[in-house]
Amino acid sequence: MVRAGEVITVSPDYYLSHDNAAAIIGEFRKIGVQAVKAPQKIVIILDHIVPAAAEKYAQNHKTIREFVAEQNIPNFFDIQHGICHQVLSEASFALPGKIIMGSDSHTTTYGAFGAFAAGIGRTEVASIWATDEIWLRVPETLKIELAGTMSPGVSAKDIILKIIGDNGADRANYMAVEFTGPAARDMTIASRMVLANMAAEMGAKNGYFEPDDKTLEWLEKRAKANYEIVTSDTDAAYESVLRYDVTSIEPQVACPHTVDNVKPVPVVEGIKFHQALIGTCTNGRLEDLAIAAHILKGKAVHPQVRTLVLPASREVYLDALRAGVLQILSESGCVILNPGCGPCLGAHEGILAPGEVVLSTSNRNFRGRMGSRESEIYLASPATVAASALEGKITDPRKYL
Amino acid sequence: MIKGKVWKYGDDVNTDIIFPGKYTYTLMEPAEMAKHALEDLDPEFARRVEPGDVIVAGKNFGCGSSREQAAACLKAAGVQAVIAKSFARIYFRNAINLGLPVLQSGEASESLQPGDEVEIDFAGGRIIAGGRVFKFPPLPDSVIGIIEAGGLIEFTKKKMQTRNRARLDIE
Repeated sequence: MVRAGEVITVSPDYYLSHDNAAAIIGEFRKIGVQAVKAPQKIVIILDHIVPAAAEKYAQNHKTIREFVAEQNIPNFFDIQHGICHQVLSEASFALPGKIIMGSDSHTTTYGAFGAFAAGIGRTEVASIWATDEIWLRVPETLKIELAGTMSPGVSAKDIILKIIGDNGADRANYMAVEFTGPAARDMTIASRMVLANMAAEMGAKNGYFEPDDKTLEWLEKRAKANYEIVTSDTDAAYESVLRYDVTSIEPQVACPHTVDNVKPVPVVEGIKFHQALIGTCTNGRLEDLAIAAHILKGKAVHPQVRTLVLPASREVYLDALRAGVLQILSESGCVILNPGCGPCLGAHEGILAPGEVVLSTSNRNFRGRMGSRESEIYLASPATVAASALEGKITDPRKYL
Repeated sequence: MIKGKVWKYGDDVNTDIIFPGKYTYTLMEPAEMAKHALEDLDPEFARRVEPGDVIVAGKNFGCGSSREQAAACLKAAGVQAVIAKSFARIYFRNAINLGLPVLQSGEASESLQPGDEVEIDFAGGRIIAGGRVFKFPPLPDSVIGIIEAGGLIEFTKKKMQTRNRARLDIE
């Protein structure tokens, strides 16, 4: 039993790193121990710049592969698998009740499965590799109750953008965010991952959904380890409770250069852009690509828009391939990228020139993130981005559904 | 105490504008990182910052990515402390783990102006600017040990050495 505000030392169940494992290895060597304490808890997934776009990235990947072999780390996923948050979930390390620390801010994603999952820096991962321990402050909890039914053309992305826009980028700083209520229970696992992923954009330490039948169904085919479902106490204390009826929420867009600069689509309709991005760890799952394909089927994207599609993982890629989704997207003029982080963090595969604008399903629109500091990023749902790609300007997806 | 001048910025200064993502996997040397510090927020900063200078900002400083270079590049640029109304969680941890002091003071954040000369009394928990004195809360006990050791890597190194010695004694 712990209480909010207590500082405790824990031994996490799994610790994630990605391409930044190369830097973590450097820090780990400085500690002066020869072997990692618990190799089976280390999960390394190469995703940020895959395949290597330049020699320095290639060297990082090589350093990581050599370390994995040297330390006998069993859970290593090379460049063919996809984005760490999707791959770690599919490989079923994201289990109810597990404590997962990751050197990536969107580690919060695993809360969709009822895990406690939080982002940390590289140095902390190096220290965990050596000690199998980390200090954590037990967070207060912000409860977000979602009621009602989402309207056609509205998805989980619109809900979380609306919440962040209303409450600000630091509303949940250092807190746990529990998503609950009938509309949360109605959501697919993929949609829950959108909310848990973007809880990071409210400053949250972690997101959380109570595991239910959908969670168990997802885990049934996958779970490799035992797990224990951890739920909120009936008399749990909350920092606050925010209540939303999703029925009245319209499609939303986060405008440059902060994620909380959110406006309903009808207010920003008509803004032109040069590149569209559909995918990423936020919105790169089958339901996201399928809604885009539904809108783009038999049509061509606007000739002045480069439309990039970024499936979150190879599993998603194959599912979308078998379902004919990738064919529809390719026929409409989209560029299908390999599963990975792509241009989201500004390293490769679609970098913006000065004066260019992107409409993206990713989770961050900070100045300069996807290229030039003179470029602009708008964030929206897959349906909004697909509809907008057809017209070359921000467009309400409801007219295409 | 070191005297430095204030560089003042607003709310929600994020990790991407402190240290752009395009450099996160290519620049490894602190001196190189320093050249790009705050590049997308204030291109003048890296050219004109001097050792001992202080960054003063509003709420939620360091929000966004977990990239540690956003703390490392400021330390490498000679920044002696960041003073803000509040800090994003991961940034706060990263800064401590790398030995960059992060001080929470809403009053100093409001009052200090660009170019003001400040001194910081870390032991006494005071920010001194001319005749003005601002207090900041002492860091939690759990992190003081990390700072005293000179950062998390040194802290862990000492901890592991102590544990190994204890084990040898038993054996």
